Amino acid sequence: MAKTSGVPFQGTKEQEVALREKLAELKKVQGGLMPALQEAQAIYGYLPKEVQIIVAEELGVSLEEVYGVVSFYAQFSIVPKGKYKIGVCLGTACYVKGSGDLLAEVEKQLGIKAGGITPDGKWSIEATRCIGCCGLAPVMTINEDVYGRIGPKEVAGILAKYN
Amino acid sequence: MSDIKMVNLKINGLDVTVPAGTTILEAAKVAGINIPTLCYMKGINEIGACRVCVVEVKGARSMVASCVYPVSEGMEVVTSSDKVIEARKTTLELLLSDHKKECLSCERNLNCELQKLSLEYGCDTKRFQGATSKEDIPDVSTDYLVRDNTKCVLCRRCVAVCNKIQEVAVIGANERGFKTNVSCAFEEDIGNSPCVACGQCINVCPTGALTEKSEIANVKKALADPEKIVIVAPAPAVRATLGEEFGNPIGTNVEGKMITALKRLGFDKVFDVNLGADLTIMEEATELLERIQKGGKLPMITSCSPGWIRYMEFYYPDLIENVSSGKSPQQMFGAVCKTYWAEKNGIDPKNIYVVTVMPCIAKKFEKKRDNQAASGYPDVDASITTRELARLIKEKGIMFNELPDSELDNPLGEFTGAGVIFGATGGVMEAALRTAVETISGKELGKLDFNEVRGMEGVKEASYEVAGKTIKVAVASGLSNAKIICEKIRNGEADYQFVEIMCCPGGCINGGGQPILDSYTRRNVDYKTLRAKALYNQDASSKIRKSHENKAVQGLYNEYFGKPGSHKAHEILHTTYVARKKY
Repeated sequence: MAKTSGVPFQGTKEQEVALREKLAELKKVQGGLMPALQEAQAIYGYLPKEVQIIVAEELGVSLEEVYGVVSFYAQFSIVPKGKYKIGVCLGTACYVKGSGDLLAEVEKQLGIKAGGITPDGKWSIEATRCIGCCGLAPVMTINEDVYGRIGPKEVAGILAKYN
Repeated sequence: MSDIKMVNLKINGLDVTVPAGTTILEAAKVAGINIPTLCYMKGINEIGACRVCVVEVKGARSMVASCVYPVSEGMEVVTSSDKVIEARKTTLELLLSDHKKECLSCERNLNCELQKLSLEYGCDTKRFQGATSKEDIPDVSTDYLVRDNTKCVLCRRCVAVCNKIQEVAVIGANERGFKTNVSCAFEEDIGNSPCVACGQCINVCPTGALTEKSEIANVKKALADPEKIVIVAPAPAVRATLGEEFGNPIGTNVEGKMITALKRLGFDKVFDVNLGADLTIMEEATELLERIQKGGKLPMITSCSPGWIRYMEFYYPDLIENVSSGKSPQQMFGAVCKTYWAEKNGIDPKNIYVVTVMPCIAKKFEKKRDNQAASGYPDVDASITTRELARLIKEKGIMFNELPDSELDNPLGEFTGAGVIFGATGGVMEAALRTAVETISGKELGKLDFNEVRGMEGVKEASYEVAGKTIKVAVASGLSNAKIICEKIRNGEADYQFVEIMCCPGGCINGGGQPILDSYTRRNVDYKTLRAKALYNQDASSKIRKSHENKAVQGLYNEYFGKPGSHKAHEILHTTYVARKKY
């Protein structure tokens, strides 16, 4: 089954020009694929098929070779981040305080899994490692906002604030 | 030679002297010791990944992978200690723990490298039990191949041929750790990738993870249908390889027994795709001469190999006009069966079922292309591989090696030596030259062998002086070699008039539908040359060796087509191509 984010690609001409400029330099470098993908992700925020095709064509390698590298490294993502990026901490302290249930509730509310994005691009969920405020465990973040000492029952109310 | 440094070492106590840089695996072979391998393919997959070839090296911290470990002076190697045997056994048992073990009915039963090693090492197939990493949903998205990753051992041999021999790289290892799997970009189905259908991946797979999409059931259904006249025709290269499936040495020509077997399988007529090959030469040679005389697009490139055609359509669509519009021998043969032969015998083409036996899996795709139905019905109904034919023969209890020889049916079973050599790289070129040179010069050729275009080199070039003109030709087999020629043509650096391209390295004798040889044989036996020799020997002993002297072909033109390249010939024997999108 093909893997895609389901979110339409909305790259701009400026982004493409910037990427092609970087790639023109990197195609002369042996082992240029990794830095090329890092640059591409820095420009677009993620690596959708459209971007990987540009990288493949410019560097003269097949799309599968590009995708093989992208799917190998955890630092690369083929899924964009949403307008509201939700992070649920699964670090030790949060986890023992029940953040697993918290994450399950967020996933249920939004109908997507951790690592995913809603089709309208509004919400994305990430399961994070410790974010350094264990005193507030369990912790959930939405963009820069931090919500601590919450349970699954509070999730719906918090999400409603962003409508 | 004196500047090559030699290295002395001991393997299992035996003194061995080999050039520096030799691997332990190769040095052991010199000493008459076999070390088992699984992922290793000389030159293209030297990754030391599977750990089946591990050996002990005195002083080394741990066991080493002998396929990638170079020898050094004074080295002491042990290849079969209890420790080594136990390590290989454990490795195999771990592979088996994540392998779909339906060996009894697997297509590769008794011809599987994992099975053979498991037997040799006395593996306990149930020692490790746990999660399985692959979804049990085979990829059946194409007309020609099935990929079942539950049988994949991640040796990456298929990836290596796809990437380094064919240079299309549509499959690769995706994800990592336990989730690692061989698939296409974005885990797309193969049917949505720019795969060219060469099937070389099938030929190198050590297990049953890759197989052709079988059409045996369709063939059996047609044979059981009293309404159908079922015609069968084998391709040139099949007679040179089918014997291997029944234990005959590589390079045994089994044409006579093959014909008998096909008759006993119940086919109404046993004809030969070689006739289609001779016909192809008539059409292509005419097209070539016309292009030369009228200033048409040059160089003209052959169109016999459907894998090459698919490659061209995906990767070099700008060369579409360079490719001969003539159908492939398979399709010309089928078209003639359902037009000329049907009319001559007063049979409705609807009731004719044409089966071809091909060394190829791309033929399964080719027969479904557009403009491949001259009679209004598909030129070819079923295309089975050499392997599928062998399976059918075994299933029917036909004792192949005991069979007497038989002759083909007439008239569509008549062929020349020129048609036979289509199965090897350079064969189409040579056959075309025999006809083209005689046509241009108006004189009979003294010597029919064009040795310059024979042999297994990937790219061959030659020039011939004919009636004061120079004809420059090139021959390429394997897509990495085809790419060299295509780039030259694309960049305007080629001054050839005629180019033969075959998708598979060595031509159809090494096609993706041919009998599967294990990695040891592929590495140590020049099987392509042996198979090709069977065809060249048949050509050399043929009474008629020029396509234009084929009596059946002459009859076809006299009675039906008029002359090569006629309007009717174009309608029935020619086709079209399309540019395809890679993504």
